Amino acid sequence: MKGRLFTKKEWDKALRELSKSQKIFVPAKEKDFHNFTVLDNNMEPDFDFQNTRLSPKSIVFPQSERMFEYTLDETSPDAHILKEAPKDFPPQAVVGIRPCDAHAFQIVNVNFDNPEYKDPWWVRRYRATTFVGLGCNEPCSTCFCTSVGGGPFSEKGLDILLHDLGDRFLAKAITEKGIEFLDKIGSGKEASEQTLKKAALEAEAALGKISSSVPTDRLKEKTEIELFDAPFWEKIAFPCINCGTCTYLCPTCWCFDIQDEVFRKEGDRIRNWDSCMFPLFTLHGSGHNPREKKVQRVRQRFMHKLKYYVDKYGNGVACVGCGRCVQFCPVNIDIREVFELMNGY
Amino acid sequence: MENPYLPYPVRIEKIITETEDRNLKTFTFSFINPEHEKKFSYLPGQFAELSIAGKGEIPIGIASSPTEKGYLTFTVNKVGLVTSHLHNMKEGETMGIRGPLGNFYPWEQMQGKNIVIIGGGFAFTTLRSSIIYMLHPENRNKYEDITVVYGARTPGMLLYKQELEEWEKRDDINMHITVDATQDPTWKYNIGFVPTITEQKIKTADNAIAIVCGPPIMIKFTQPVLEKIGFPPERIILSLEMRMKCGIGLCGRCNIGDKYVCKDGPVFSLAQLRDMPPEY
Amino acid sequence: MLEYTPKIREIARGLLEKGTVDVFIGYRKGSVPMMNEPVLVTDPAQTDVLHWDSHCGLNLCNYLTKRTDRIGIVANGCNSRNIVTHIIENQVKREQLYIVGIPCTGMIDHRAVKRAVNGKEIKEVQENKDTFLVIGKDFEEKFAKKDFLQDNCSVCRHRNPVEYDEMVAEPVEEQEAEDVFADVKTIEKMSPSEKQDFFTQLISSCIRCYACRNVCPLCYCPTCFVDESQPQWVGKSIDPVDTMTFHLLRAFHCAGRCTDCGACERVCPVAIPVRQFTKKLNKDTLELFQWEAGLTLEQRPALDVYRVDDYNDFIL
Repeated sequence: MKGRLFTKKEWDKALRELSKSQKIFVPAKEKDFHNFTVLDNNMEPDFDFQNTRLSPKSIVFPQSERMFEYTLDETSPDAHILKEAPKDFPPQAVVGIRPCDAHAFQIVNVNFDNPEYKDPWWVRRYRATTFVGLGCNEPCSTCFCTSVGGGPFSEKGLDILLHDLGDRFLAKAITEKGIEFLDKIGSGKEASEQTLKKAALEAEAALGKISSSVPTDRLKEKTEIELFDAPFWEKIAFPCINCGTCTYLCPTCWCFDIQDEVFRKEGDRIRNWDSCMFPLFTLHGSGHNPREKKVQRVRQRFMHKLKYYVDKYGNGVACVGCGRCVQFCPVNIDIREVFELMNGY
Repeated sequence: MENPYLPYPVRIEKIITETEDRNLKTFTFSFINPEHEKKFSYLPGQFAELSIAGKGEIPIGIASSPTEKGYLTFTVNKVGLVTSHLHNMKEGETMGIRGPLGNFYPWEQMQGKNIVIIGGGFAFTTLRSSIIYMLHPENRNKYEDITVVYGARTPGMLLYKQELEEWEKRDDINMHITVDATQDPTWKYNIGFVPTITEQKIKTADNAIAIVCGPPIMIKFTQPVLEKIGFPPERIILSLEMRMKCGIGLCGRCNIGDKYVCKDGPVFSLAQLRDMPPEY
Repeated sequence: MLEYTPKIREIARGLLEKGTVDVFIGYRKGSVPMMNEPVLVTDPAQTDVLHWDSHCGLNLCNYLTKRTDRIGIVANGCNSRNIVTHIIENQVKREQLYIVGIPCTGMIDHRAVKRAVNGKEIKEVQENKDTFLVIGKDFEEKFAKKDFLQDNCSVCRHRNPVEYDEMVAEPVEEQEAEDVFADVKTIEKMSPSEKQDFFTQLISSCIRCYACRNVCPLCYCPTCFVDESQPQWVGKSIDPVDTMTFHLLRAFHCAGRCTDCGACERVCPVAIPVRQFTKKLNKDTLELFQWEAGLTLEQRPALDVYRVDDYNDFIL
């Protein structure tokens, strides 16, 4: 299939129809920014956005997830025994995801779905999700996807790629899942050669609008210890306040914590996003902390993304160039400069 | 889909207070479902997450040996939330165990070698597992000389005192028990720090492999002693501790460089560690 | 305020060259518009990175905690009051510091500027005294700074530093007209359940990143109450009760110490007006104890001394 055309009205109507039978996440404006929200009749999706403030990672990997439940009631034969929290994983779709964020899901997937261990919640939800991407006609000045294996119209990690043609969307199915989703949407018409050509030209033009770039070619040749001992970490780390903004906004940060919470006699084991920026992340019971200082924590974050991940998976860097951390780091630590320093060292 | 985070339910069968400060207790667990025991197939050096509903999990090295059937033992130091709660639990109570996790000592590489075991304080747990494992009649002839240097601050702080006495009496294992200091006139073993005793007692690194477990300060001073004796870094084996949550290499906190201590470790050779950032 | 920049560089260079200070803490121009980056300069030749404009809305006092060297630092009104508070709370010594005072005309609210251009991407913001020019891909708009001040700056009564060694310029006129606590008064008039709803709604988007806490110079506890595990005071999920507990307790820990510098609100990645919590306590300490934080080194803060005539109406 080359592409189907939908007027935006048709698209909206079809999505709303489909949202009656499955969960569909769409970008919507809240306060001053956009986030992915479940489509329902009380809200308006807004596809005229640059990117969502929070990455869509929570759609597959929620910030807090109940893993297990248990009772501490001694009269129960199952007291203290953990049971999987009942959940189902029906098909769902995220419509309007930017190509960088879809690429991020691929990057994270190698952690949660590996030959030895499968994270049951991630794997089931990831497989149940259809990723309907929206190409970027107007990338931001902080975007650098093209330097890190992506692009404004990259198909990585996507089941469908949408192209905004003004009053219409051109939809291209990339996977079987994508074909099925488009069949469910139902309407639309085959795009003409002329439309496809116009779209291709626009996608090409978008590529040229990416104004930021980062170097990555030499990250692999350095040893971990060389980069670890590099002299620039103190300087990078000085302004850092060790908050979780970068890690929580980042589409490729996956670290988590596991906590037990009890109310009266009923308890849950919950997993929550965690952040390598927090000292507690690595604090031993003995009081020893291998990453006690902020410079160690800042180094860990960048080394993980730009070196450890690179070495471990041979899959490129764990950064998709979405620019969220660049825009929203409270103290303006700019990962693009860190790329320069690490690659140039 | 198998859920790697789900602990097996176990019952506490026995609790022994090991040390005079009462901060170390050894717990013996049995699986409530016998199927789980079959699944829990491990080798010395591995660890497991002890799971207490309402409190959380804690990674602890397995102190029992796979040759000891029907139960698992763990010696637990009281330090944080979970271990403090565990220390207050009673025999017969139910909790959970998740594992086995991590890698084990290089048992293949160790075959046909002289084995030098060096332990300090309460880090002797997986070393106990290893000794029991090697002394088992089915395994003993796979290894040449077995030499153990084990130290604690005082006699009362040694773990597994009864077993230490029994091993002292055997002729297929050389024991060098030591304490930092003691006023006890009946103390019949060594007095001195582990690195010192190691230097006195271990004369050769020929065909030998050393396994070292202990507090960071002991490891720091034992390493140069072993190298002086002639152990190359490939034949010095260490087991690391790290804050862990998932235990299966997914949650991201226990990394040293691109290795996860929970999954790629906790056992590393000194040679491996030298290629990793010194962040542990 | 751009015109302060050369003077700041000159002072910093002098201090470092003479060895009056070991390090100089200021801002450098950020890599994205309306963002500047705190910077530590040790080499007199590097002082040209120093920069000041209407986007220096963090609180540099945050970087002084437990430092032992001699430090030059730029400080406007609120930052200088936090430095005073830091000195009183023994986080740094007055003798260590060379405070370069900034007469401040307020910081620009970056969110308001983005709203004003309908969320279009801003490539550059050029400042020119009382106005600033916002430049995007295919637009340019000029705005008056006074219409775009951060909320805390628009009600600020202490624009000039209270403690300094040298000023970069003559003091600016202090503002008088605004009712500092108008918003707090509106909330005070609500019923308890309305207040509950108001604050629940206010923090509904919180992601517990702790940027508000970490950017605040007052939050220097070695272990914050949210990180304690024995006992664990607050759950770590995004349960709304736990999130509310965090925000309320954080605010209470700032009572009588907060200078309303606005850094917490400025940095929130999900735009929560977190000052709604701290401002109520600022109002209370002012009304009950006639106390505003950080105005003097000579007096202990209201909440760490007992005075016989202290407010005690709550005692039956």
